[in-house]
Parts: sequence; structure tokens; C-alpha cells
Amino acid sequence: MITLMVNGAPRELERNATIAGLLGTLRIDPRLVVVEHNRSILRDRDAYASLPLNDGDVVEIVHFVGGG
Amino acid sequence: MGIALETSLDVSLLNVGGREFRSRLMVGTGKYASNSDMIRAIEASGAEVVTVAVRRVDLNRANEEGILNHLDPAQFFLLANTAGCYTAEDAIRYATLARAAGFNEWVKLEVIGDQETLLPDTAGLLEATRALAKDGFKVMAYTNDDLVTALRLEDAGAVAVMPLASPIGSGLGMLNPYAIRTIKKRLSVPVIVDAGVGTASDACIVMEQGVDGILMNTGIAAAADPVRMATAMRLAVDAGRLAYLAGRMPRREVAVPSSPVAGMID
Repeated sequence: MITLMVNGAPRELERNATIAGLLGTLRIDPRLVVVEHNRSILRDRDAYASLPLNDGDVVEIVHFVGGG
Repeated sequence: MGIALETSLDVSLLNVGGREFRSRLMVGTGKYASNSDMIRAIEASGAEVVTVAVRRVDLNRANEEGILNHLDPAQFFLLANTAGCYTAEDAIRYATLARAAGFNEWVKLEVIGDQETLLPDTAGLLEATRALAKDGFKVMAYTNDDLVTALRLEDAGAVAVMPLASPIGSGLGMLNPYAIRTIKKRLSVPVIVDAGVGTASDACIVMEQGVDGILMNTGIAAAADPVRMATAMRLAVDAGRLAYLAGRMPRREVAVPSSPVAGMID
């Protein structure tokens, strides 16, 4: 297992985890969010399945909410 | 009536950063009691530009809190803000995340300097405006009603400057009409007053200064009946624009009779 920080909280994942797998587990529609991996924005949603995650990585999953 | 309708539509069109928008009224999507209230109020406002914020997905809850579950991005122009950012670095990060969502390269830039008043940090705002404009963003910069800062923001590449009428969420209306008029007179880019409008008369008076548009959120969302208030705001923005274009009569300290003085019977 590896431990990542996802949206500010530690989360344990399988060693071969990917962004696509993480979003699937969380039941998040990739089209409705933007993912930042170790401070770098993932612009290509097709790459979610191939990007490997490592122990200690920091992931931020954000979306649009109501605001002024 | 055909002429009146044409005139009304004519005053609504707004050009910013090379794009034409169908309304001079822009609205926020925050603080509504329910999503259905929000949608109905936005539709009543006639706004095309609607602002949204960028926040973490709450992983412990259903994904329904995302605004795209409720708002059709084909129907509105989504303008992401950087609300809650206190440094240029944070604001740039949020703007870049928003752009990656894939809708547009526009941002309503906020760099806040004080938690109590939510007044802008103008140094940070200028720094972020410069960096984002250079990176291809169309920056609409939320600022205070200071002329010199507004001029610097225009120089820094902002496509619109957004001075406040009064602090965010205060509903105090326009505190300094002179400052707003001066900014409008001196800038080439559109001036869109953002924040502080509390009711329809506030919106009308703001538009009568000659500014290009208004962005508001709480004035509609916190009204007892947001849909009615959104309608009132739409009419007030058009009324204020028309009154500005019509050119008001001069103010006089003495009365001038409207009826003929001559022809009175003995």
C-alpha cells in the first residue's frame, strides 16, 4: 500500500494505483473535476489511467461551486 | 412598442475583451437557499456571465454540490473567480485550475488583503494580473475604487476593471460615485462595478454613472425573494444605462416652473 494526501487528508491506495482508479473509487466523474498532482495540473484527462501514483504524492481534486 | 424593445436590447449588449455579451448584468451563484432558487433567479436576471468558485471536491459527500450538476455551461458563460485567495501565487494557481476545466480562459481575479473587509491587496492584484495576462488569460480584476490602481490594472493587461461599489456582501450601495465616475472616464477598458449593490435603486444609480456593467451576488441571493429581486436588478441595470445615455437634466438649487408663467387669468 501507498499513502497519499488527497484533498488534504491521508488516503491509502494499492501500489499500482492511478488517478483514473482513484476517481473511480471516489465515484467522481472526471469530466466535472480538475486534478492537480504534486502541484502540477493534469490537463489531459486521457492520461489519468496511465499516470502512476507514488507514496507521499499530493493530489487535489477540485470543481466549480457557487460563488460570487 | 417595437422601438422600446429595440432600445432595451440595444443597451444590454456589452463588449469585453473582444467578446460580446447579451447582458450588462453579471451574477454570482453563491449563497442561494437552494439550487432551484439559484437557477430561477439567474434566468430572471437575464445574465449571460455567471461567476463560480474553485473548491476541493468534498470526498465524504456525494458529488452533487458541484455547480455543473445544476447549471448548463452551454447556456451561460462561466466566469471563474479566485475568491478566498490572499496572495498572487494562490490566485494564479486557482485561475490556472479553473482554466483547465476547459470552458474558457477568463478569470474574475480577486486577491484579498483583509479578512474583515475583504478589500483587495492591490500589490498582489497587479502582480497576478500581469502574470495571468502574459499567460493568455482574460483578466477581469476586482479592485477598490482607487483610480491609480485601476489605471495600473489596465496597463497590466486587464480586459476589464471591476471597482467595488462597497465591500463584498455589504449591500451598502455605491459609497463613492465620484471615484466610480472618475475611473470610468479615465479607463479605456470596460468598467464593471463589482460588489456592494443591495437593491435595485443601487444598481440603477451605479449604471447612471456611465459604467459598462455590474456584477452582483448577495443583492439577489440574500433577498427574501431572489427571483423577484433578480428581475428588479435586470430592469434597474437597463433603466440606469438608458438614463445615462439619455443624459440627465442639470441639478438646480431653485425651482423652475414646468407650466407656462404667461397666460394666467386675472
